[in-house]
Amino acid sequence: MSCAVSAGSAAKTIEARDLVKRYGDRVALRGVSLRAGSGELVAVIGPNGAGKTTLLSILAGIQKPDEGSVDTPAGIGWVPQQAALYGKLTVAENLSLFAHLERRPDVAATMERMLALTGLGERRDDQVSTLSGGNRQRVNIAIGLLAEPDVLLLDEPSSALDPRQRERLWQFILTLAGEGTTVVYATHHIQEADRYASQLIVLADGERVFHGAPRELEQATGTTGLDFEQAFVQFLHQRGH
Amino acid sequence: MRWLLVKDLRILRRSPLLVSLLVIYPIVIAVLIGFALSRGPDKPEVAFYNGLSEGAEVELGGETIDLAHEGRRLFDAIDPVRVDSRAEAIQKVRDGDVLGALIIPDDLAANLQSTLEPGTVEVFYNAEDPAKQQFVENTIKAQVQSANAALTKRIAEESLRLLDLISSGGEYTFLGQTFDVLGLERSERILRDARTELPAGAPERGLLDSVISFAELARENLAFSDDVLSVVGEPIRVKATALEGGSTSLSSFAVALAVAVSLMFITLLLAAGTLALEREENAFPRLVRGLVSRTALLAEKASLAAACSLAVSLLMLAGLGLFVDLDWGRFPAWLAALAVAALAFAALGLAIGALTREVRAASLLAFMLCLPLAFLALVPSGAVAPALYDVIRAVSAAFPFKPSLDALDAALNDAGGLAAPLAHLAGLTLAFGALARLALARF
Repeated sequence: MSCAVSAGSAAKTIEARDLVKRYGDRVALRGVSLRAGSGELVAVIGPNGAGKTTLLSILAGIQKPDEGSVDTPAGIGWVPQQAALYGKLTVAENLSLFAHLERRPDVAATMERMLALTGLGERRDDQVSTLSGGNRQRVNIAIGLLAEPDVLLLDEPSSALDPRQRERLWQFILTLAGEGTTVVYATHHIQEADRYASQLIVLADGERVFHGAPRELEQATGTTGLDFEQAFVQFLHQRGH
Repeated sequence: MRWLLVKDLRILRRSPLLVSLLVIYPIVIAVLIGFALSRGPDKPEVAFYNGLSEGAEVELGGETIDLAHEGRRLFDAIDPVRVDSRAEAIQKVRDGDVLGALIIPDDLAANLQSTLEPGTVEVFYNAEDPAKQQFVENTIKAQVQSANAALTKRIAEESLRLLDLISSGGEYTFLGQTFDVLGLERSERILRDARTELPAGAPERGLLDSVISFAELARENLAFSDDVLSVVGEPIRVKATALEGGSTSLSSFAVALAVAVSLMFITLLLAAGTLALEREENAFPRLVRGLVSRTALLAEKASLAAACSLAVSLLMLAGLGLFVDLDWGRFPAWLAALAVAALAFAALGLAIGALTREVRAASLLAFMLCLPLAFLALVPSGAVAPALYDVIRAVSAAFPFKPSLDALDAALNDAGGLAAPLAHLAGLTLAFGALARLALARF
């Protein structure tokens, strides 16, 4: 059994090899590997309890794997599934707090940039508890981006958003990826994986059961005429999940 | 850590109701406990019927005793509601208007004067409430007995004077007439003179010798009556020696107790709540992902909770200082006791917050711990079986309340050493801090 987590590689590349994570008798991850280069978008999909959040939290450095290794650049932005914000603080205060904790050299400028990026400038003095789920998620993502990370990890970023907000969010993420940020995201919206991902990882019961381009998943089912979500369900069914 | 402190203070500032409750509730509880501990209803209303005529006196020998003056001793303990008859006094007790009734019958003076019948006063009270019954018995009866003892002493003193008169002779006034009492001493002298004038061998000499030796023996024995009668006047004296603890007055101890309770409530709830809030807001993983270490996060929460409760406690002491005499010269000792106790409570609060992981559960557990810990610390030895008392002592020693109370009592009232409870609290701070740190691994 060996595990290693190293941070600080110069390239905007994230690599995980043979990750194993156990919670007591339950095995949450069984030898999962991935590699994502600069500007790539990697979607991690799978049924509930497949190990998506565990994988992202290991990549983010929140948990340590029991086995396997992770190689990440120094700056990793992490956006948890549920907004990690202080409801009693305003949008600006939340951004300012985390900018200070991230030791940004110019906190005020960083905050203004994030307010502009999220389009929440007019609501900067509103307490986060008064924001809609979508706006809260935008602040949540902005905090993940405060340190201008080379790699951005998003755990179901659009789960609380309506279709219009989802569209806006993805435009934002695609812009980041266009600027070279590597993005790894877990999602239950299968169409988001099909539409935006350059790489697709399917997890089931902690095991990586598919790795490739989204189109390859459809081909792997051996059926035609199905939409992507139907192909995904068919694929899991064929693999006994 | 500075930014986290600023953040937590902002959150507290925006929760005025929570902060108000957090400050006011423990102070109210503390004051109530202190009040209950330091004061009984020490001037209860008692119906008082005085059957004695105005200026009733008892004359014992030549000494006049003013019964009204002696009766006023009773009023040290009660607030008398004067009534016109015994029946009215009893009715007031039945109606619940007064705690009890004290009846001084009109024959009291005559009975005391005769010294054949003891004077009797009557006390009526409702016994449906054991606490009330005990209070009346402890307070009113004790005061009656105190007055009784005073009268006994006066009677004994008068008896002594009479015995001295019998022994030495002198003038005695009774019912306006003055008598010359011969006394044993002068009788013996007269008898001795008479004996010398009798011829030697006279048979009367032998008889006089018997009377002389009786007078001599009686006089000598009466010389011991001073001691005997002073014992009768006060048969049992109390010599009390405290073996453990200081000489803190009840009101001073109540101040230490009130402050300890407030300190415990505020620190426990703040530390447990603010730590659990980090998880409820989902911010904990984001914070400990390289922004803040888990130990630094605990230190920040402990500092915040300890600083807030310390400030409230000092304000509380300043307020109490208006009513209770506090030794401000011992302020450094207060500060040390408050700071170390606050840190120990904060460590316990952090352990609660880390183990429960929810603000509501953390607050509830902290709240539920507070009062039992306070009550356990106050159980006196002898109140329960020895084995149970050992268990209570062990439980009290495992939590910061008892050593905090000891430290505050020592700091505020100079009761015992301060070093031992401070060392105890420091140990508990480390133990609960370590428990909180361990619990954060699965937070």
